[in-house]
Amino acid sequence: MMKFLKLKPTVGLLSIPYSLIFIFFFFIPLTLTFIISFWDYNEYSIIPDFIFENYAYIFKDCLNFEEGICVTFKTYLSTFIFCFITWFFTLIIGFFVAYFLAFYVNSITWQIVLFLLCTIPFWTSNVIRMISWIPLLGRNGLVNDFLLSTGLADAPQEWLLYSGFSIVLAFVHLYTLFMIVPIFNSMMRIDKSIIEAAYDNGANGLQILWNVIIPLCKPGIVIGSIFVITVVMGDFITIGIMGGQQIPSIGKIIYVEMSYLQLPAAAANAVILLALTLLIIWIMTKMIDIRKEL
Amino acid sequence: MLNKKNKTYYVCVFFFCLFVLFLYGPTFTIVLLSFQGPDGGLTFPLNGVSTYWFEELWRGGSVVDIGSAFKRSIILGVIVMVLTVLLSVSAGLAFRKKFWGSDTLFFATVASLIVPSIVLSLGVALQFRLLDDFTKWLGSTFDINYINEFFQTTLGMFTSGLGAQLTWTLPFGLLIMFAVFNRFDKSYEEAARDLGATPWKTFKEVVFPLIAPSIIGIALFGFTLSYDELARSSQVMGAGNTLPLELKGLTTTVTTPVIYALGTVTTFVSFSVIGISIACYIWLKRKRG
Repeated sequence: MMKFLKLKPTVGLLSIPYSLIFIFFFFIPLTLTFIISFWDYNEYSIIPDFIFENYAYIFKDCLNFEEGICVTFKTYLSTFIFCFITWFFTLIIGFFVAYFLAFYVNSITWQIVLFLLCTIPFWTSNVIRMISWIPLLGRNGLVNDFLLSTGLADAPQEWLLYSGFSIVLAFVHLYTLFMIVPIFNSMMRIDKSIIEAAYDNGANGLQILWNVIIPLCKPGIVIGSIFVITVVMGDFITIGIMGGQQIPSIGKIIYVEMSYLQLPAAAANAVILLALTLLIIWIMTKMIDIRKEL
Repeated sequence: MLNKKNKTYYVCVFFFCLFVLFLYGPTFTIVLLSFQGPDGGLTFPLNGVSTYWFEELWRGGSVVDIGSAFKRSIILGVIVMVLTVLLSVSAGLAFRKKFWGSDTLFFATVASLIVPSIVLSLGVALQFRLLDDFTKWLGSTFDINYINEFFQTTLGMFTSGLGAQLTWTLPFGLLIMFAVFNRFDKSYEEAARDLGATPWKTFKEVVFPLIAPSIIGIALFGFTLSYDELARSSQVMGAGNTLPLELKGLTTTVTTPVIYALGTVTTFVSFSVIGISIACYIWLKRKRG
């Protein structure tokens, strides 16, 4: 018989300290950001008001398509492209790493060891992991040395570092883990007998992968995708360091405006960024129930 | 079956090895390059092998006050770790039963993980700015001497900085607790209760020993994520920078291998913490038998 543990109603009180942190450092700050995005400002202070100028300024020339697309749309477009490329590569790599771990490693000990091997870099510094590409991709880096000495190139390749390429490389390097963990989790829940059954009915490896494993991994894929996409959407550090501070992003607009103390303008940009991010997540979560996946 | 050692198996092994090389290779190169000779530069070849750049780092030459940034990061990391463990374990216990606002809190937890860090950092910065303005207003309106003379800002490492980092570490802690309690066998607890144990005693003697290994995991997340946190802290640390913030500044100014030496040191700290945590985890698991 199933036993239900009776917990006292007061056990809910244990969540109070946790809740307080989220009220004070999550709900209030985000609400304030929304409110202040309608405020006015000058060089020294922010002034309570209710104006739409901060938003209007962001999309200033955006309705006039005769002069090409405006800076804001260009920045958004560039951020979306980074999102898409990073998502694509992290998904492919993350899926196959998880696939290997879940279905080809037989001993549970090895599974844990190899899984940890993939996880450990997540607990080390992101900045260090970014700058560690410099000796490899720089003008005099290992890759260029190799290309020059083998005659594959006759001049150092400049596009390797401080470029869109190095940004995507760093994103994939940093965030593939966000795909591996949820997809691996989904795969470990797949009842092995389902695969056995498919095999016994004559499905080959590819058919099993496509018709059995991938559909059952959908929740993991969605969660991983949400993580990767949101982290790239709001990024300003990786794009800053790996792009040599030359490539714009939505996060960087906010960062720069903050450094000029244009706080209401930064807030307006933050609200739009948040709205876009939530929209993407909303579309993706339509497909699954996150809580069931833990 | 899939686990047959056929051609696909070897392709997968090869792919996995490549991935691991991709993960660790770059870090390995900077560890190697941090032992660069005194005349060496930021790239290969190694001009001799020395600990010159570590000594340079130790002396603090050419680099801002790394020592105190390092100390601040460690202290903050430990505080974040302790709070993350305490708050997420207690919230985890609460979440085993539905309570008023539990759905909202769960939503906030997940939302906090995916809200862009710069947005949160901005929000907290705005909040503390308003708090500053309010405090100054209080000072001038009620003529509070202490505020008028000494008050500078509420923004700081252990106020706004700590809070902003907790919004990043706590969700990991709570999600780990969910994972733990989803697989938790309640009959032990039931037995303790039937034998007359109080709720606190049940927790201390039965539940805690069972979840202790996972708590090590939460502590690991708490410390390392705080120690390396950058995006959320970026706007709210006040006067004293943490190590990652200093490091980010150094990427544009420092052009010697001293930055690799620093990278090697922080990576060593991270790896030590991870190593110790894993050792504790295994030890606790074994002890339980």
